[in-house]
Amino acid sequence: MAQPVTERAYQGRVHVESRRLMTAWMGELGRAEAAGQVTGALMISGNCVELLRACHVLPMFPEVTALQNAIRHKSLPLILKAEQAGYSSDNCAYVKADVGLVLEGGFGPGKALPFPNLIVCNYVGCNVYVKWFEHLADISGGRLFMLDVPFARTDAPSAADVRYVVQQLEELIALCESLTGRRFDIDELREILALSARAQDGYARCKHLTKRHPAPFDSYFDSINMMGPINVLRGTPEAAAFFDGAVAEFEALAAQGLGPLSEERFRTVVEGPPPYPFYKSFRNLFTRWGAVAVQSTYSTVGGIWEFGFRHDPRRPLESIAEQMLRENLTNRSIVARYAQIRRYVEEWEADALVIHSIKSCRLFSAGQGDMREHFIKDLGVPTLLVESDLEDPRYYAEAQIRNRVDAFFEALEHRKLVAAH
Amino acid sequence: MTPDAAIARCRELIAEPLSAVADRWKAERPDGRVIGCYPVWAPAEVIHAAGMLPVSLLGGGTSVELTHADARFQSFVCSIAKSTLELGFQGRVAGVDGLVFSNICDVARNLGSIYRRNFPGTFVEYLHLPQNSTSSSVVPYLAAELRRLAAAFEAAFGLKVTEAALAAAIEAYDALRTRIRALYALRIAEPQKLGTTELYAILRAATLLPVAEATATLDALLPSVAARDARPRDRLRVVVEGAFCEQPPLGLLEVLEEAGCYVVEDDLLLGWRWYTADVGTDGDPFERLASAYVNLAVPSSTRHESRTHRATGLIEKVRRGRADAVVFMPAKFCEPALFDYVLMKQGLERAGIPHMLVEFEEKMWTFERTRNEIETFVESMLFE
Repeated sequence: MAQPVTERAYQGRVHVESRRLMTAWMGELGRAEAAGQVTGALMISGNCVELLRACHVLPMFPEVTALQNAIRHKSLPLILKAEQAGYSSDNCAYVKADVGLVLEGGFGPGKALPFPNLIVCNYVGCNVYVKWFEHLADISGGRLFMLDVPFARTDAPSAADVRYVVQQLEELIALCESLTGRRFDIDELREILALSARAQDGYARCKHLTKRHPAPFDSYFDSINMMGPINVLRGTPEAAAFFDGAVAEFEALAAQGLGPLSEERFRTVVEGPPPYPFYKSFRNLFTRWGAVAVQSTYSTVGGIWEFGFRHDPRRPLESIAEQMLRENLTNRSIVARYAQIRRYVEEWEADALVIHSIKSCRLFSAGQGDMREHFIKDLGVPTLLVESDLEDPRYYAEAQIRNRVDAFFEALEHRKLVAAH
Repeated sequence: MTPDAAIARCRELIAEPLSAVADRWKAERPDGRVIGCYPVWAPAEVIHAAGMLPVSLLGGGTSVELTHADARFQSFVCSIAKSTLELGFQGRVAGVDGLVFSNICDVARNLGSIYRRNFPGTFVEYLHLPQNSTSSSVVPYLAAELRRLAAAFEAAFGLKVTEAALAAAIEAYDALRTRIRALYALRIAEPQKLGTTELYAILRAATLLPVAEATATLDALLPSVAARDARPRDRLRVVVEGAFCEQPPLGLLEVLEEAGCYVVEDDLLLGWRWYTADVGTDGDPFERLASAYVNLAVPSSTRHESRTHRATGLIEKVRRGRADAVVFMPAKFCEPALFDYVLMKQGLERAGIPHMLVEFEEKMWTFERTRNEIETFVESMLFE
């Protein structure tokens, strides 16, 4: 291995501002019960947070709670608690961590994380979402609304698909009105969608900046700073301003030719969610090889913004329906994801694909062996597949993963050397 | 033909690869087409109305060694997904012209598209079956989805589904389902006359035969099984729950009975007996089928029903079957069954109904540990 690669202290305002915004949102949630504020749980993937916002329902996201507990190394006792209650070791650990939090007394009435009054299951591809929210409704007594979004199985959503989702959105609005006692205002939704579109534009611009050599940030590990604002806070002026700032910051880095590492030796596309309990350790495995993720699929679970889709305030409900139906990663087939990754590899000029396969989320992972087969054999893209989990630390085998990562980049380095001569 | 002989024929039929089933159908109809239906539910009526043979596609069981599919799907993925893909690699579904998958779980979702990628010559269609059970828009949506499937058949095979043909298909499948319900009722009334492995073989054979032939087979079997001379034994009446997708090995079902259980209700091959009553003959047949899917559905772990709690349907099954206990039998890694296990178990405990858990895998071949567990459970109940 050549000169050691180090990580620069580069995250700056994006990181700090993201934390500030997310902390403020959590604080608002903590005060909601006392303030009589109606809260509504949503899933991250392809969500319709703008609609809840327009209905004056404060959104909350059980996935965010689960990942925060994982990244703070608090997930295992919660998972074990849920397993004692009957959940299988083969069930999604995100769900178990949230159920465990209820059983531990950290989630519920009078807690910093209150039970939601409304539980909107935006069923966007992930079948576990249905179970998760059924269980949350059973535990909390919150009102469950099943927002069924037909899976993307044709070239474009059919008129029947759009009609079905729009009609359900209208039914959801009526339910929100009955819970909040406030009349829904379509013009307010249009304003929120305009703010959303501004944030989407900023997020997309940031992600296109990673086409630069070096990429100004890591589109896998650093995108987490933007995923909170884009998925949770979309539609607020604060989120729109956050992305204006992020674009300025990353543009400045790109102009200076600065990236997240002292040297960018390899450009990768990363597929799959990160192992949150070992976020930093996992990152270090790539840092030492000078590998920077220039694109990632995980950063598009809430919405795929970099290819041009924006919410359209002129067609508010239809536009929300279209985003849920088509413009997010999870409501597309795994094979459609191959096309997205291929585009990333080609347009972002990546050297390799890294697949992080996680047990908890079969939506992401089931069949990633086929994905590896396709990229290696059909497209000639060097591909590494490692396995662990996004929430359950028991599945992270550091030594084994490190061996695979090292062997992969050694081979990739050799390949580069051979190609250069 | 005696019931034993008829059931033996059913066992032979279900042991055959789907390619043999397809070949036999096509031998009499050179232009015939066969469509495999992955669990849990597929609209067999629409397939039949297009003039094709719908057959159940239930993985490879113990009949295939995984040599290719293991590289595509990870170790934590259920066996039926892998063995179904393997069937394709090993040519054991040759002659089956198309496959229909639906959104029962995340693995099945991915399997459909991966199957299509690996076998581009096979027609593969993915249905999005609704999870919203109460919206006024759900029936029109599903009717449109069924029409989309019909249009896809026409585009792929030139076979049109007319409303008249679909209405006739609904009638034919209603007739078959009436017989299936009668068999299940017979087993509840006199479980000593119809073992679960027998009922399973009959039902699974019915999913491989043309509907009229399946109905005729059941018509012949019903009176002869009812006329069997069998004395009731002192056994535990149980409901089996959770085996709605991957198929438990016959040996496991046999062990359940040998260990002292009468299985009086189950969720095996649930999609082929989905409706609690006839779909009926009034109005637009697509709308009718869609409405029945939502409003006449049996409880299923693969469908959300906001009008009742997860455990309600199971408790009703226990009461209807006069069962003493529930044996949860989820396939290894089956997320819908494993998640529902928690809510159902809690519901049973509130209702004072005993239960036990037996996980299985389709390739399982030793059952002694399971036998011990079931025997202990049965003894603890019978000698209480």
